[in-house]
Amino acid sequence: MHDVDADPLDRLAEWRSSGKKTALATVVRTWGSSPRPVGSHLAVCEDGDFAGSVSGGCIEGSVIEAALETIASGDSARLEFGVTNDMAWEVGLACGGTVHVYVESIV
Amino acid sequence: MKAGLFENLRDAIAAQQACAVVTDIDGGQQCLVGFGDDVGDLSLNEAHVQKVVQMITEDVSGQIEDTSLFVRVYGPALRLIIVGAVHIAQALAPMAQLAGFNVTVIDPRDAFVRAGRLSDVAALTDWPDDGMLKLKPDARTAIVTLTHDPKLDDPALAAALRSDAFYIGSLGSKRTHAKRLERLREEGFSELDLDRIHGPVGLDIGAKTPSEIAVSILSEVVATRRRAAA
Repeated sequence: MHDVDADPLDRLAEWRSSGKKTALATVVRTWGSSPRPVGSHLAVCEDGDFAGSVSGGCIEGSVIEAALETIASGDSARLEFGVTNDMAWEVGLACGGTVHVYVESIV
Repeated sequence: MKAGLFENLRDAIAAQQACAVVTDIDGGQQCLVGFGDDVGDLSLNEAHVQKVVQMITEDVSGQIEDTSLFVRVYGPALRLIIVGAVHIAQALAPMAQLAGFNVTVIDPRDAFVRAGRLSDVAALTDWPDDGMLKLKPDARTAIVTLTHDPKLDDPALAAALRSDAFYIGSLGSKRTHAKRLERLREEGFSELDLDRIHGPVGLDIGAKTPSEIAVSILSEVVATRRRAAA
């Protein structure tokens, strides 16, 4: 049985132990209605596999893309997303919000 | 994040040690606070160290105001101790695990533990008072008694009341609960102590089945923790 909140770091460790490059995305600030709290992790593997979440799903694609870039560069990046009402509607939120995400490669 | 810092963080989490990774999100420097010697390439001033330690204590992640320092707190897992490997425990244990709790079931009745099909859950076949002594419940522990049997529930509740457990709940009707409180009063517990026991257990959501009752209990545990922090 998995603790869905603790899972991303475990998965990240598994990928690392099999020699794969990885990155970690973390929600550092939220404003308004945001589906995942500050501190939420999304772990990303170089092969595109991922675990955890930083939103209800609406920004995951962009965050994974940014994470793959940091894996390639060995760098870190700050991302800011305004969750529009349209996107918010898709993930079932009543209104929009802003999410700041920090993405870093594990080197 | 440097591999060494990540490994240290994993060690801290495995050791159930509360700690925090502090990141300067402008420059990317980081350090680990609260586990072993501080590791990393970020040095904090005394005021910031104090702030981080406070955030670890309060189990709150976030940015330190007016700085580019982001603090991610990793608290040790919350624990749930369930007394009684009964039907409700079969639902409550996996639900609580999904919600992030380390769950232990105590029941000295071997047959119940086996029948409970709690293969993914830690189980102790000690008497509840011995079990509690081993588990040492603390302020990050919730305790729920489900047996209805005073021989099992009462010693568990007495041990729970002597601990800092953030939630204590006991299954039973209003009448059963009133009698239970009477017995605990005779054992010398004060009204203030007894007020800590949620009984009848769980939020009133009209639960009927064992799994619905498990939902109502877990909801009350979460509400108690989150509302206390708010």
